[in-house]
Amino acid sequence: MDIVVCIKQVPDTSEVSIDPETNTLVREGVPSIINPYDENAIEVGLQLKEEHGGTVTALSMGPPQAEEALRQALAMGCDEAILISDRAFAGSDTLATSYVLAEAIRKVDSYDLIICGKQAFDGDTAQVGPGIAEQLGIPQATYAVDVKVDENRIAVKRLLAGSFETIEMKLPALITADKHMNVPRHAGLRGVMAARKKEIPTWTLEDIEADPEKCGLSGSPTTVVEIFPPQRSHKTERLEGEAQQVARQLVEKLREAQLL
Amino acid sequence: MNIYIDAEKCTGCQLCVKACPYSAIQMAEGLATITEACTLCGGCVSVCPVDAIIWEAPAVEEVDTSDYQGVWVIGEVGEDGLAGVTWELLGKGRELAEDLNTELSLVVLGDEAGELAQKAAQSGPDRVFYAEDPALACYRTGTYTDVISGLINKHKPEIVLFGATEQGRDLAPRIAVRIKTGLTADCTGLEIDPEERLLVQTRPAFGGNIMARIITRNHRPQMATVRPRVMQRLQSQPEHGAEIVEVPVSFNETSIMTRIIDIAHDEAAGQVNLQDAEIIVSGGRGLKKPENFAIIRELADALGAVVGASRPTVDDGWIAPYHQVGQTGSTVQPRLYIACGISGAVQHLAGMSGADCIVAINSDPAAPIFEVAHYGIVGDVFEVVPALTEIVREELGSG
Repeated sequence: MDIVVCIKQVPDTSEVSIDPETNTLVREGVPSIINPYDENAIEVGLQLKEEHGGTVTALSMGPPQAEEALRQALAMGCDEAILISDRAFAGSDTLATSYVLAEAIRKVDSYDLIICGKQAFDGDTAQVGPGIAEQLGIPQATYAVDVKVDENRIAVKRLLAGSFETIEMKLPALITADKHMNVPRHAGLRGVMAARKKEIPTWTLEDIEADPEKCGLSGSPTTVVEIFPPQRSHKTERLEGEAQQVARQLVEKLREAQLL
Repeated sequence: MNIYIDAEKCTGCQLCVKACPYSAIQMAEGLATITEACTLCGGCVSVCPVDAIIWEAPAVEEVDTSDYQGVWVIGEVGEDGLAGVTWELLGKGRELAEDLNTELSLVVLGDEAGELAQKAAQSGPDRVFYAEDPALACYRTGTYTDVISGLINKHKPEIVLFGATEQGRDLAPRIAVRIKTGLTADCTGLEIDPEERLLVQTRPAFGGNIMARIITRNHRPQMATVRPRVMQRLQSQPEHGAEIVEVPVSFNETSIMTRIIDIAHDEAAGQVNLQDAEIIVSGGRGLKKPENFAIIRELADALGAVVGASRPTVDDGWIAPYHQVGQTGSTVQPRLYIACGISGAVQHLAGMSGADCIVAINSDPAAPIFEVAHYGIVGDVFEVVPALTEIVREELGSG
């Protein structure tokens, strides 16, 4: 089966800290990483390929440096990687992004399954996966923790609050991978060496034959009008003393606030 | 690109360089320069003290937004009736509808939607649309997208709200693409700009480290998913009677793209339903070893709380992944969150800073968790947590 994995390069938010004086993000020197959920997506793609044969192609839409993330996907074992990059794509919201990625996927030789991460670490919207599925008119299963492929059907176990739901879909289909799906493999030295030699083609607006009106800012219905640091509306009350004493104080405070 | 630096005005202060989330601004010959990495997010524009960053939004064709009227809430069905988040959306929806001087409608789908619609009609919305069919018994992306997109296209609401739940986050982006409109995910604030009659949507990004205000200017409806437990529930209005509209639907099971094979309530995952928990007691690396999660469990039992955990403890296998709170785990909004031996990495804070009340117990007075805590106890978790458990058992007579 032929699999397309969509990945995104994101700033590593676990390395981000907050400047206590200005209450703004300190982003200097923050490394870029593959969105962590996308590593789960790559892993399940590789496992399905190992089981059923076929190919795994990694796609990423982003600026030229997103090539690093694709290089890493190749090192993990993806067969091909394609960068979707054009000035015309800058400023795309989730609608425009899902359009561009869907147009790129249409240009890939063939696909049976598209895998995305559950959501991206920087935006956290979880909209692009379902958006691509809708653009392509194929079924989707979000929050996937397990998959079984049988001929032209896929059974996907989804993790919902307190329950698992298993749904079956006809291929081609799209799934979004949850963190609990697997433990992504590390790229071995051989993989890293092989990935270095591989060519990563860049597909532009023209290559994917996209409508410029549907890309970038002109294709994006939403506009960010303001960005601001979150307000901390409360002060921290420090409780001090012996363990017994502070524990009692706390319980009293929580009861007063009707939290217990 | 539609963003550039006015070299006449730029003072080379580098504030924009620091503010850019994509490292897309560099210094060249003492002036800021925007590189190809720019995503046009606009984050730098407001930080420039001399207004040297020129950000030109493209001219988009105006659409006739006056054709669109009314605020809609897409209902979600829980185990007994409408889910809590639906009442919260109705509460917010009522406010928005009043500000716009328009009507509030609820949409309910299911195999017994008629009954739910009757009940809901007594307590708040002006109109309830319902579609009843065995094929709608359980949520499925395809069927729900079809029905709701069709309703939106026919009735043209100006605002449509979904819960930012598993269902809402699966469904809303599909509908947004179908009808080609904007969708803002996971909103924590919604208000009307009265001059432009626009929905101003506030949402956290970068794991809650920055907030963004987003509008959908030229497309309708304006759609948002809204975080559960943020908005006030609609107060029941007993005198209220809504118009009930049945939406005729029909399905051919063979043409539906997905089939539900099984729904299994997972005991392990079910017991740690962090998302719906009222009280959460979480443990972190400060517990020193896996066995010490026992003191967390004891306190949680005494409080009737759910056990949470920080990412390092899950990564090291001290506790099952379902317990993880944070950006790669669950985002939680309990009334009370007690963090024990958790330092408060940004990715953890992103998952729990929405709690109504946060208690932090940590031996390091400089731990970032104290920045978000309402009550901070600098002390030894191995002394404070058992002491708390004991007092809670005494006082609440439980355990």
